Amino acid sequence: MAKTLATRMAFGKELLELAKTHDFVVCSADTKTCGLEHFGELFPGREFTFGIAEQNLTAASAGLASCGNKVYLATFAVFASMRACEQVRTFICHTKQNVTIIGTHTGLQVGGDGATHAAVEDVSIMRAFPNMTIWQPADAVSARKMAKASLDFEGPLYIRLHRNPVPDVYDESYRFMPGKATLVKETGRDLTIISSGILLAKAIAAAEALKEQGAGVHILDMSTIKPLDTEAVEAAARETGAILTLEDATVMGGLGSAVAEYAAQHCPVPMALVGIPDCFGESGDPELIYRDCGMDEEAIAKRALSLLARK
Amino acid sequence: MTRYYYTEEDVLRLEKTAVQLRKDILRMIAKAGAGHPGGSLSAVDMITALYFHVMNIDPKRPDWPDRDRFILSKGHACPAQYAALARRGYFDPAVLDTLREYHSILQGHPDMLKTPGIDFSTGSLGNGLSVGLGMALSAKLHGQDFMTYVMLGDGEVQEGLVWEAAMAAAHHRADNLIAIVDANGVQINGWVNDIMRIEPLADKWRAFGWQVTECAGNNMREVLHALHTARTMRAPAVIIMRTAKGRGVSFMEDDSLWHGKAPSEEQLFAALAEVEKGGIL
Repeated sequence: MAKTLATRMAFGKELLELAKTHDFVVCSADTKTCGLEHFGELFPGREFTFGIAEQNLTAASAGLASCGNKVYLATFAVFASMRACEQVRTFICHTKQNVTIIGTHTGLQVGGDGATHAAVEDVSIMRAFPNMTIWQPADAVSARKMAKASLDFEGPLYIRLHRNPVPDVYDESYRFMPGKATLVKETGRDLTIISSGILLAKAIAAAEALKEQGAGVHILDMSTIKPLDTEAVEAAARETGAILTLEDATVMGGLGSAVAEYAAQHCPVPMALVGIPDCFGESGDPELIYRDCGMDEEAIAKRALSLLARK
Repeated sequence: MTRYYYTEEDVLRLEKTAVQLRKDILRMIAKAGAGHPGGSLSAVDMITALYFHVMNIDPKRPDWPDRDRFILSKGHACPAQYAALARRGYFDPAVLDTLREYHSILQGHPDMLKTPGIDFSTGSLGNGLSVGLGMALSAKLHGQDFMTYVMLGDGEVQEGLVWEAAMAAAHHRADNLIAIVDANGVQINGWVNDIMRIEPLADKWRAFGWQVTECAGNNMREVLHALHTARTMRAPAVIIMRTAKGRGVSFMEDDSLWHGKAPSEEQLFAALAEVEKGGIL
């Protein structure tokens, strides 16, 4: 699988295209997030810059949205979820403003910039806010489709994007359906891997390895983390009897927690939560960091086998 | 149209309205058994001037896109805003009795989704000016000529975000944005000067690129004059209004004890009698 574009760049590029035919405004801090830095030059009057001041960026976006504007707010996910945490909660979510928050540079994939810039907690934080919806694409193709879908979305929306290029998992036939998981692969019925975000490619690779060892899986792409596609979780539990979740975010409060919260109460089955353990990111080759955090293909396959042993 | 000119009759009429709102504030807080009388009473003359004279609004169409906006960034003073909205016709004044009750449209801090006429929810200090800036930018983007007014507390300007917004408003030349600082000098635990000094306040705003006008904020004539002056300024303008916390009720004035405390029945009667006599200038 060839690496094409980072999800953040694919999303931003598509948004620049869509801006020619759709009416929305962009609010930005002084960051290089997703190629929207030149939005104001291309679409004069429709970009508002707030400098290095994310709280103001976020609260002002809420004010713009309250006057009927569709607002895209772009900044690094660490700042959107933590520096401007209360503005997102109280001024966007509580008031149900039509603001799409584009959070980039998420997870351990950030690599080089290290712990201050790698958002590992953002999903847990955003998920706790009532009225919030969370989408996360797995590759450049799904990122583009998500950009299009976001135009018709009304209300607080968090879109979680990654920094570096990733292999394309999907082809152009992919359709993003908000709120619905996508069945990506089916090699058997021993367990379901529920993935969200760019680790989907690793899930597919792990499935190949598992197949050689006689274990067949369903792979679901949970591109909408909130509200969770509980029907898909229910079906996964019923049909395969074991669930492994996979995410490039802390396992404390993210996708794995969301699935476990539902499964524990409605369809309990053995589960394994693969994601960032209780640690910060750090500088280095993302693949090495993934390996050491137990998030590479080998570790995923190993966790899957030990999960099967608990069935 | 937004009205900045005023006559002597307007001043007298607005002073009378402010007496009515003071009575409403005291009654509703006493009934609720909780709330913030001090900052409501310092802010109420300006709120009266805005809702009953200056702002271009229509109580029958609280969502009218071209209306002037008012954000009470010091959201704890909402009894003053609720009283103004009720007396202006946004909802039945009898509803004021439900302040802070379960399922009431009148929350402990303003909620735009529950109360007609609230342009934006507030309560967490420091955020309103940013929200107001967003509205002002939207007006310019769409060629609308509505004004956005944001009222802040003087303790509130201790929040760093206020200054992010101040910087950005000047940068974006938001001359359709007017900030009003209710400088009553008192915050919850004492004098602003003792807790975290904010003076020289006018210099701070000027340094951030704002035009400044000051007034005695519990004097209707001065309040109207300051609003008129602020509108003529070709930059974001701030009115620093010097007020007294608890203004109109002698035993509440300048006392941080009355920042967030409801009067007893006996205290309410004494307070209403004082307000009725109208010691307000």
